[in-house]
Amino acid sequence: MENNKVKVILGVIGADCHAVGNKILNYAFTSAGFEVVNLGVLVPQEEFVNAAIETDAKAILVASLYGHGEIDCRGLRERCRESGLGDILLYVGGNLVVGKTDFTEVHKKFIEMGYDRVYEPGILPDQVVIDLKNDLGL
Amino acid sequence: MNHILLIDFGSTYTKITAVDIDNEIVLGTARGITTVETDIMNGLNQAIDALFLKTGKLKFSKVLGCSSAAGGLKMVAVGLVPELTAEAAKRAALGAGAKIMGVYGNELNEYEIQEIAQLQPEIILLAGGTNGGNKEVILHNARMLTTLGKDIPVIVAGNKSVAPQVVKTLLEAMTEVVHTENVMPKLNELNIEPARETIRSVFLRRIVEAKGLNKANQFVDDVVMPTPAAVLKAAELLSKGTEYEPGLGDLMVVDIGGATTDVYSIAKGDPTKTNVALRGLPEPFAKRTVEGDLGMRYSATALFKAAGAKRIADYANVSAEDVEAYVEKVEANIEYLPQNEIEKKVEIAMGKACTSLAVERHVGQLETIFTCFGSAFVQKGKDLSDVKTVVGTGGVIVHHEQPKEILKGAAYSESTPEMLKPECPKYLIDEEYIMASMGLLGEVYPDVAVRMMKKYIVRG
Repeated sequence: MENNKVKVILGVIGADCHAVGNKILNYAFTSAGFEVVNLGVLVPQEEFVNAAIETDAKAILVASLYGHGEIDCRGLRERCRESGLGDILLYVGGNLVVGKTDFTEVHKKFIEMGYDRVYEPGILPDQVVIDLKNDLGL
Repeated sequence: MNHILLIDFGSTYTKITAVDIDNEIVLGTARGITTVETDIMNGLNQAIDALFLKTGKLKFSKVLGCSSAAGGLKMVAVGLVPELTAEAAKRAALGAGAKIMGVYGNELNEYEIQEIAQLQPEIILLAGGTNGGNKEVILHNARMLTTLGKDIPVIVAGNKSVAPQVVKTLLEAMTEVVHTENVMPKLNELNIEPARETIRSVFLRRIVEAKGLNKANQFVDDVVMPTPAAVLKAAELLSKGTEYEPGLGDLMVVDIGGATTDVYSIAKGDPTKTNVALRGLPEPFAKRTVEGDLGMRYSATALFKAAGAKRIADYANVSAEDVEAYVEKVEANIEYLPQNEIEKKVEIAMGKACTSLAVERHVGQLETIFTCFGSAFVQKGKDLSDVKTVVGTGGVIVHHEQPKEILKGAAYSESTPEMLKPECPKYLIDEEYIMASMGLLGEVYPDVAVRMMKKYIVRG
């Protein structure tokens, strides 16, 4: 079925198998009118990139819950640029680092890695939907 | 009396099988040299004369053929992401029985166009983009293909949103452009059946004539498909059975040749173990893979490199030097057959290595991932550990004294536990070498084909 919905790639990165939040986000973005290409859990960086190329997606939404986010997420922007996806929107959220690190630091670190938006625990999906629509000019 | 003649125009030999449909028996088999360069009928007549010497003169109510003559059905597959649509296109072509000359991803450039022109494919399968996904690359590739300077049939099976433009572009330079459903309509959703069917119909319309196979038309009713497609069809029939004749369930088929080794599996391949996540492109239920570097003669040196002297030597229980010496001999003289005990052992070991490596590349793999909550497993490809039947066919296995020893390479090995190979299969041998014929027969008499395979393909 062809439709004109904007496609977004969703997945839990790295060796992380937290599946519940992934389902909730899938539901939230689908209800908000996006076509969600959900890669599920345990997703390597390469698969996010390949999926975005093939489906012509406008944003990649990365989740990481198990605290190794920094290692897993580093290099995704470079990989996008290398693959011709350039400045595609990259969002990341979850428990990105272990322990009680100050979120402003975490935020800064991920922005420097090339992510457009970084979300701390407790943010509701609605907020992310609003941001995404704004960023895409919808 | 209802007699049917089934013909396999192979690359070297034209093999024929005469079947009595009423009694469900093979009346006889024979072979001649494939004479596609001159007149295909010469070799066929030779085979028929040989057959009639055994059986007496027969009349046939139907004559069907399959072909891998003149190099088989040569194809090039083009997609976007190498692991996604390019891989899907490759699988569609393999499933249609093609010989894959090349697989291309991303935007084609001038060098690749030159390369494709040199490869001289008979059909090009053009994919790229999920439906509603990337449009630019498939359009670019269509434009590039118009600069091939050759009129080659192109099948378009990519992003449907731009299919009409892609077809229109290609028609500027090509006479035959057919469009069919996307091989990957959604991400990670494989849809290769329509492309397979389209390849087959283009084969029938165009390739049969181009290869001079139509000269056999006065005698043969139809050359209906490429030989590997007939074997795949036979494997599917034997596995699934029909409404009236039960099949054998999940199975694998191994076909070793002088140059390549083909592996077929008819099984869903879902995880059999717990705590396993499936990743990667979904697998076709009826899957075919071809290994161009695993073979007993033309590819002997390549096999030696791929398997390593030690593996072959260990299988044969001889020294690595013996293996090397034998490989050199058979590569230099492809007609060479083993002359002593050691050479016999090496020959078997080479076959076993072909089977083992080809099956390892065909089956899925299990990867252990260590998470904060202990280890988890990721499966890529088909889990075939529960497959209970492995069938051996093809000249090397069929004419061998100890085919079972060769087929044992298909079984699970403790040294490579990550490879999801059959754990305790039984081995069947296509002794009369009838599988391709039964695939053809299955087109008209599926029940008979299943029963005859169950009768003639026996325990090794």
